[in-house]
Amino acid sequence: MTKYVLKRIALMLFTFLIITTICFILIKLLPLPAVKSMGRDVSLIERRREEMGYNKPIMVQYGLYWQHLLKGDLGLGEQMYVSLEVSQVMLTKLPYTVIVNFYSFLVSVPLGLLFGIYAALKKNTWKDHLISTLVIVFISVPSYVYAFLVQYLLCYKAGWFPLTVASQADAAFFSWKMFHSMLPAIISLGFGTIAGLTRFTRAELSEVLTGDYLLLARTKGLTKNQAIVRHALRNAMVPILPMILGEFVGILGGSLIIEPIFSIPGIGSLFVQSINLRDYNFFMADTVIYTLIGLTAGLVIDLSYGFIDPRIKMGAR
Amino acid sequence: MDINNIPREKFRLANDADKLTDKKFATKPIGYFRDAMRRFAKNKSSVVAAIIIAILLLFAVIVPFLSPYDVTMRDGYYKMVLPKSQLFSFLGWNGCGPQKETQGGYDYWNSVGIEYGESAVKKVNNSFVDGTGIKYYDLDVDSYERVGFVFADLHKDEYEALMAYQDENNIQVLYPIPATYKTQFVALTSSANIWYELADESATSSGETREHEPDGTPIYKANYLTHTNPERGGYTSKMRIAGDDGTHGENGDGWYVYAVKNQTGYRVRVLYKEYYRYKHGHYASFLFGTNQHGQDIFVSLASGARLSFILAFSVSIINFFIGVIYGAVAGYYGGAVDLIMERITDILSAIPFIVVATLFNMHLSKVVGPFVSLIFAFVLTGWIGIASRVRTQFYRFKNQEYILAARTLGASDKRLIFRHILPNSLGTIITGTVLIIPGVIFSESMLSYLGIINLETTGMTSVGTLLSQGQAYLSTFPHIIVFPSVFISLLEISFNLFGNGLRDAFNPSLRGVDE
Repeated sequence: MTKYVLKRIALMLFTFLIITTICFILIKLLPLPAVKSMGRDVSLIERRREEMGYNKPIMVQYGLYWQHLLKGDLGLGEQMYVSLEVSQVMLTKLPYTVIVNFYSFLVSVPLGLLFGIYAALKKNTWKDHLISTLVIVFISVPSYVYAFLVQYLLCYKAGWFPLTVASQADAAFFSWKMFHSMLPAIISLGFGTIAGLTRFTRAELSEVLTGDYLLLARTKGLTKNQAIVRHALRNAMVPILPMILGEFVGILGGSLIIEPIFSIPGIGSLFVQSINLRDYNFFMADTVIYTLIGLTAGLVIDLSYGFIDPRIKMGAR
Repeated sequence: MDINNIPREKFRLANDADKLTDKKFATKPIGYFRDAMRRFAKNKSSVVAAIIIAILLLFAVIVPFLSPYDVTMRDGYYKMVLPKSQLFSFLGWNGCGPQKETQGGYDYWNSVGIEYGESAVKKVNNSFVDGTGIKYYDLDVDSYERVGFVFADLHKDEYEALMAYQDENNIQVLYPIPATYKTQFVALTSSANIWYELADESATSSGETREHEPDGTPIYKANYLTHTNPERGGYTSKMRIAGDDGTHGENGDGWYVYAVKNQTGYRVRVLYKEYYRYKHGHYASFLFGTNQHGQDIFVSLASGARLSFILAFSVSIINFFIGVIYGAVAGYYGGAVDLIMERITDILSAIPFIVVATLFNMHLSKVVGPFVSLIFAFVLTGWIGIASRVRTQFYRFKNQEYILAARTLGASDKRLIFRHILPNSLGTIITGTVLIIPGVIFSESMLSYLGIINLETTGMTSVGTLLSQGQAYLSTFPHIIVFPSVFISLLEISFNLFGNGLRDAFNPSLRGVDE
């Protein structure tokens, strides 16, 4: 088991290394834009560029990049947040992303499970059909469309929520004011997750419910509720829990589209901004983070099967 | 009787006919695809989805040809006008929108267009006095009429052609120049809509300086420039506005002035809606309204949709071929080949798509253009899904007896792959290929919405670009964003339903389940 886990982690790191190498080289092949001074002293950036070996061969630069990266140094902002440490800027952005996603996770996972279980138990009734239809609609409609709807109806028309997220100067991260201003984004993020989880739970649970052992449980004298909670749900959770865990890992990466719409100063907004302003240090840093999150989520999902379900032997041939 | 020695003559042929043949089937045999089609047709929601997709496709293909408008047309005056449809005007789809105005604003908007007998204000819904004693009006203002009159600088020949058009069609396009044109106030000289006397010349359009009837209706007194020469400014057209009989001016011998000579030609005051008709041959009426650049949203959306469809179809076709070949090779040969190929797909699929799209755009868009570089970006990782489906199918079929039999008979690898195994998995592959389309359309709209790629060139736009244009006016002019959003939502829902229907239809294990 341990051996298998270690092997998977090594494979993941190998993939990670290859991807970052390719991205690094491709970014370095682009012409280097001049630093935007914005009235600030850019000599610091020039010195840093020298230190990072910007006039040396790309592979030397790559080595230097890793040396700095392992020390937590991602370079300086050159086109945005000029001459600020990229890692520092990211750390100030991370809380917004994590908090919004975490709230959305807290709301949408129970709701998704609940709707899914309900639909599976009421299979082929009008309630199930209603839920399934809504699920199709919410999975298909692009997330920015809900975001526009939420923004227009709840923020402009009803005026329930402010248009932008409260700044840290006005409200602490875990204050009611901050939560209230984040709510439109939380709602918009939630629709997709709820719909996805509902569909998955419904499919898994309704498959388990047809199992013979459930019939056996009922014949042994268990009530319907006992049979469902103790037998069906526990087995249905085997594929559902890894999915939720993957979702949880994804909390760290911001939504590229919801964050800009609601002007949440998070990682996702930063990514989009760095692409549009061509700030390669920020772009590289965000690429590293997003790749790592994606790979970790995949790994967590795969490994968690072995921990959750005793029938699955990891690495067995 | 001895059964071992039955005499020959005791035997009789059971069937005396010359030939023995199998009975012909009374019905036609139903093959795999025929069966899939039949089961697909039974799935109502998928059929409806297919019809909607067909309508949206027709919309994208036909509208740019039929519409009198064009993506490249940007009208400087009809900006953000509201949707208007002759057919559905009773539903409120008439280009009118609510506007809240003070008395000064009401006086101004009410005057726009009154010269030719129509006012931009279509209805006064309500008027009330607020706490501070200011009177407000809730108005229904026609977003087309509110443009009213504009000043236009014409060359001599353009001016003459316009006068000839006026005389020929009996349509008044040119209107007298207001006297406010001569004032020193920029706000007045630039607005062609203030054609009446203001109580105080220093007042601007917002000032409450007009006289009113007791019921609050403003009174407008015409105030045009006059001159003793009726053809002042080279105005030789017969068309003159009602009441222009030369009895104006200080001595009662003044004629209204219709044009003022300037360096390049003439400055005239035109009724914009008639001028638009003169220029384009029809009145302006935008089914979905226009955006902030004065582009017709209906035709822009169709052109954006066309771009999305072209992109999505080409990407899914390319992905189909790459995925099938890659998956077939990996699945058929297995072993070390498969191991290496799987590692490659693992690495490719772990790169965030946005990074791929950005890097391709940065590197390739200067060489091959943003559209082709976007296709490359989608192709780089898009085939992986299909490849893994094909691979699984190959693993399932390659060890079956009929393959062994074919191989024993000397069939080559190529023949085994393409003639014997692949047809079995065609159903799932087709479903996978179709389901690529909504994903591509969504990603493209997202990328162009975020401004990461810019597909907008002359004569081409993208749904995402339209969305980002609309977002700035979400609160004030929601119509700009509504139509692209509805279009893309409808498209995504339909494609997903259609894809689900296909998947069920191609799944042989569901055969006869619901019969």
